Order: sequence, then structure tokens, then C-alpha cells
Amino acid sequence: MTNALRLPLATAFLVALFIGTGYVQSWNTALQLLNMGLVSAIMALGVNLQWGFAGLFNVGVMGFVALGGLAAVLVSVEPVPAAWQAGGPRAMIAMIAGALTITGAIVTYRRSPKRWRLWAMLAVLLVGFVLYRWLFSPARDAIEAIDPASTGFLGGLGLPILVAWPVGGLLAAGAAWLIGKTALGLRSDYLAIATLGIAEIIIAVLKNEEWLSRGVKDVYGLPRPVPNEIDLQQDPGFVAQAAEWGLDPVTASTLWVKLAYTGLIAVVLVLLLLLAQLALNSPWGRMMRAIRDNETAAEAMGKNVTRRHLQVFILGSAICGIAGAMMTTLDGQLTPGTYQPLRYTFLIWVMVIVGGSGNNYGAVVGGVLIWWLWIQVDPMGRALMGFLASGLPEGSALALHVEDAAQYMRLFTMGVILLVVLRFSPRGLIPER
Amino acid sequence: MDLLNALVALTNFVVIPAAAYGAQLALGALGVTLIYGILRFSNFAHGDTMAFGTMATILTTWGLQAAGIGLGPLPTALLALPVGILATSALLLATDRMVYRFYRAQKAAPVILVIVSMGVMFVYNGLTRFFIGVDDRTFSDGERFIVSARDFRDWSGLDEALAIKTSQLITLVTAVVVVAALFWFLNRTRTGKSMRAFSDNEDLALLSGISPERVVTVTWLLVAALATVAGTLYGLDKSFKPFTYFQLLLPIFAAAIVGGLGSPLGAIVGGFIIAFSEVAVTYPLRKIIGYLVPESLEPGGLVQLLATEYKFAVSFVILIVVLIFRPTGLFRGKSV
Repeated sequence: MTNALRLPLATAFLVALFIGTGYVQSWNTALQLLNMGLVSAIMALGVNLQWGFAGLFNVGVMGFVALGGLAAVLVSVEPVPAAWQAGGPRAMIAMIAGALTITGAIVTYRRSPKRWRLWAMLAVLLVGFVLYRWLFSPARDAIEAIDPASTGFLGGLGLPILVAWPVGGLLAAGAAWLIGKTALGLRSDYLAIATLGIAEIIIAVLKNEEWLSRGVKDVYGLPRPVPNEIDLQQDPGFVAQAAEWGLDPVTASTLWVKLAYTGLIAVVLVLLLLLAQLALNSPWGRMMRAIRDNETAAEAMGKNVTRRHLQVFILGSAICGIAGAMMTTLDGQLTPGTYQPLRYTFLIWVMVIVGGSGNNYGAVVGGVLIWWLWIQVDPMGRALMGFLASGLPEGSALALHVEDAAQYMRLFTMGVILLVVLRFSPRGLIPER
Repeated sequence: MDLLNALVALTNFVVIPAAAYGAQLALGALGVTLIYGILRFSNFAHGDTMAFGTMATILTTWGLQAAGIGLGPLPTALLALPVGILATSALLLATDRMVYRFYRAQKAAPVILVIVSMGVMFVYNGLTRFFIGVDDRTFSDGERFIVSARDFRDWSGLDEALAIKTSQLITLVTAVVVVAALFWFLNRTRTGKSMRAFSDNEDLALLSGISPERVVTVTWLLVAALATVAGTLYGLDKSFKPFTYFQLLLPIFAAAIVGGLGSPLGAIVGGFIIAFSEVAVTYPLRKIIGYLVPESLEPGGLVQLLATEYKFAVSFVILIVVLIFRPTGLFRGKSV
């Protein structure tokens, strides 16, 4: 089967899947699934750029996604003037001092004579660290003391939340630059371990730096780029329109809001997909694949492999950051406690591998399909376990355990799907060519 | 006297916990490094292998406890350990048979095997949670302390107390025994030597008639034992929670890479380096400094360099520093 046939078939299957979900469960569920599926597809596009185009192994997707979420908060939440007054400038100066320390340490190391450059660098780091802590700790305490139950953080810029989408990409790109600079050019597994680490650290920062992101107290009620359901229900024009469609206002408003989100996400997805396709078929894309397939040969042809890797690593991570900001927008809240590597890193990898690494359409199809499965395996698993438990005596400990264990079916299923695809169809549903 | 107090506080809060944690990390890193040396890939499922082994041990422990069998002052889990190792060996050998062998025969690129191990990780994750759930479990029983804080204070007359938990001593003793046995096996027995030969130069080893499948089987058995022991010791010392074991992956890999991937000695040294830095950096040193400097100089804050939540950052920074300055690790591992 050629891709010309596989792609329409896969798309038709997905459409049928979601229409089926709409009929069997509800249209609300179907749209909710579709929205998150499309966001996941964008993350898969980013990972595909890194893995499919260039063979880079990034297992820090969660970190970049979370940075996007942070961007949503920092851009869209109204600033908290009292907190800014209490410690805002001092905290900012501390941040600058911290950044200067690191730059200073690097410059010292590069400029000093070889014999004592290590000690000089350590001295700069020590002085800078003490200075930073002296500047920062009082500022942090002051900020966090301002009305901790409802704010206790600096807030954001109060801009429209759509601005956060590109900003999320920029934040993620910055982090990717830092990590790529150190870990690229070494073995591929090292990049994997380094990205795994940076993702955990980013989540730890989001959870603990309450002055920045409110930590595990969560930021909720983020502004929305689409109208509110309640407002729609009170709008006579909309109610009349809903009546015309034969829907009650409540259902109509939830569907309408979800459809608006779908539209927004679809625009970004199509745009990114278009760009990724253009990149894939451009000389740049051919060079990337050449590097992926044979690094030594590409290097002999005068290509700077490490630089190109850095480039594509930053681009892919930026896409994950954009998707992260979109996801937080869709949720309307930032909950650092819910970021789990299995869900935000490894599941995205399953999407890319199942969809077909190296093929952008494949990544999108894989993203939507695997997201649907991830959500639907849960009720299916419960039904299966309920069926298994029905043979056991009612209310026995074993029956309860079996029913309780159903929620872990999805991890098991995803692992099996990944292993089966890797073994029997390693090129995925829609292969590279 | 103050100096003694400071020393006791340092030993109690930093040295002993870090030594126990370091031994646990070292055992974990040994497993990672063995797989890397023989099978030539970074096994992402290692944390979950540890979780699975610990889970099997815990379930057996509960069974033994229900039957009233115990070891007196020692935790029952030690008695259950062999069962845990057997269960893990069966799981790993089955996985190798069903999953890894295919790729070995194909001579697949290492990175493909890493992705495969990601799938295996998902499966183990699901299995462990399926049997035991996601909650925190404590399963240590027997005597809690060997030296309790009060006894030590009465005995020494110092202000500071020294407490040694049974689990900490057991960890250290077990780790020494296991590591000694492993090194004896690798250096003295025929199978161990053939494993080292295979790790050094696969073609030459094949040429001299070493059976690769046998080497691989023995490796998985060793890894099963190491992972189960490491996981059980960690669980006894702290508590068992599947997600924590997954998170151990980062310090374990950091330990293995810092020591040099593929070098067993390096894995041990790396484990202790990571553990000691992690504990020292995240422990509030105020008390210790308070004993050492005059009262007027006593620091106001906790003198905690880094909040405990950032302990991952420590292994990460050490990892990055080693990658930048000495990518092959301290003991010249295989990787460049």
C-alpha cells in the first residue's frame, strides 16, 4: 500500500472514530477528545521533527510542554501590584545577578590561564551564589506572603492568552538551546538522559517556585480566547440560534465553545504541518535526513552536524512549547502536580512511533489516534475488568482489587502497542516513504 | 566537645543516610552498566524493573507475615528476597525472549533498543501498578534501630544523637556482600570472564567460542538480582512507591555515566558520588556550622544550599559537568 492510499484511509478511519464516539458517547466527549488529540498531534509533530528528521532522542518533552504552560500563566494572568511592590524589582535583580554569575563563570573559565581557571570559575560561582541568595530570599518571602490563599505570586503581564502560544515556543526554545549546547555532539543516549533530567528539573521549579507559578497551589481561571458558556447562554441571539438548530442553550454553548477551540488549534496545526512539510522537502530537510542516515558522510560533505542538530532540536522543542501553552489554555489552568513523564513524554513517543517516524502526516495521525486510545482504553479496561470480576464472588477482596486495577490497563496497553508496532511494523502506520 | 557534636551531627544526618542511599544507587547503577556493557543499550525500564522486583518481594513478605514467619529483629523482606529475585528473573528472561532477542538478531541500532525499552517500561509500569497500586507502602518490620538516639546520648553524654536504622546497616552489609560476589563472579569464574570478554570485544569473544545467548541470559539473571536487591533495600530504607522508582532512573543513570558506562567499579563510585552530593547539598547545615563557629558568627538561615525538592538537579549538574569535561566517565567507560 502506498502512502497515497494509506493517508486518506487513516484519515477516514479517524473521522469515523470520532463520529462514532459522538454517537455512542456524546458530541461533547468527542469534541473534547478531538481538541486534546489535536494538541497532542502538535507535540508529536515537534518530536517527529527531532526524531524523524534528525534522529535526536528527546525524552524531555514534558519539560518543554510545561514551559509552554508556564508561558500561558506569565503572559495572560493579571499582574499582582502588591506582590510587585513587595519584592518584584528585587527578585528581578536577583534573576539578573544569577544569569550574570553563570555568564561570568563561563567567561572566567575561558579567559583565565589554564592552571587556575577551574578555581577561578568556582570562586565566581560561589560569590555569585551567595549574592543571589542574599538578593533573592527576602524578595521571595515578601512576594509569597502577599495574600497566599489567592495570589502569593507575581502574576503575569495581563496580555491576551493567544500571545502566550508563541511565547511558550520561545521559552521552550531557550531551554532547548541550553541543553542542546551541552549534550548534543555526544552519544545519543546522553542526550536522552540529559533531557530526562531537565524535564524533571523544570517540573520541580514549577512545583516549588511559588512566587513564579504558585506551585502546587495551581493557577486557575486563566483568561480564555473564546467566549464563556454562561455568557453565550444569556445572549438572546445565541439562544435563538440554538433553538433554530434544535439544541437546548446549555448543550449548544458547550459545543460551540469546544468547536471554537477546535478551530483555533486546527489553524495552528495546519500552519505547523505546512511548515514542517515544506521543511521536509526543502534542501534543509534533505540535509537533515542525510545527516540522520549517515553522520560521517554528511560531515565529510562539509555539513556541521552538531550545529544542525542544535537547530532542529530547538525547533522541535519550540513546537512542544507551543503545544504546551495551547494545552494549558484549553484546560484554563496550570497544575504543575499533574505533569507526569509517562503521559507527557513517553506517550508522545508512542504517538510518533505508531504514526510513522519521519512522516509529518504520520505524526499527526498517530497523535490523534493514540490520544483517543489513551482515553478510551480506560472505560474499555473497566468494562473488561468488570466482566472478569463478575465471575468472582460479589464484593470479595479479589473482585474489588481486579476492578480497582482497571485504571492501570492503559499503561500496559500503550506499552504493548508500542512493542507490537516496533516489532511488526517499525515504520509505523504511515511510513516515511 | 563542640567539634565532637558537629561530627556526630554530620555523621547522623549526612554520612549515614548518604552511605545507605549511595549503596542503593550503586546496586542500581551496576545493573544499568551491566546491560550497557553486554547488551549495549541504556535500559530505560531499569527503574521499573526495580519496582517490579520490590513488589514481588513485598507481596511475599506479606504472605510470610500472614503465616507468622519472620526473622526476629531483621525485616522479613530479607527472607522474601529470593522469591522476588526469582520472579524478576522470570520476567526479564521472558522479556528478553519475547522482545529484545529479535532486535539482537537484527543487530538493531542501540537507540532502537532504547525505544524498545521504553515500551517495556510502560508494560512493567502497568504490571506493577496492576498488582500493588500506586500508593506508598512500608513493609519493614523487626527492630527499627540498631543504635537509638536516646541510647547514644546516654552513652556518650553529647548533645547530639546518633541513630542508626536497621535498614541502613542491612543496606550497607548487603551491598558489600552483593558487590563482592559480583566481582568474584566477573573476575574468577569462567562465565564471568566470558562476559567480560564479550563486553570488551564481541567479535573476538564469538570467535573463541563464547555462546552469546548464554552470556545474555546470565546478564539478565545478574540484573534481576541486582535490581531486586537495590529496590528492596531502597524500599526498606524509605518506602515503596512505583513512581519514586521510576524517578530513581535519573540518579542511577547519572551514577553509571559519571563512573563510566560499562565499568562496574565506576558504577559503585558514581553511586556514592551522586548520593553524597545530593544529601550534602540538600541538608540544612546550620546545626553543624553552629557547633563550629562562635555564636556571633552563627548563620541566620538554614544554610541549605538547595531545597530538597531539587535533589534531581544535583545528579543532573554532576552529570552535565562530567559530560562536558570527561564524557567517558571517571573510570573510562566505553562510550564517547
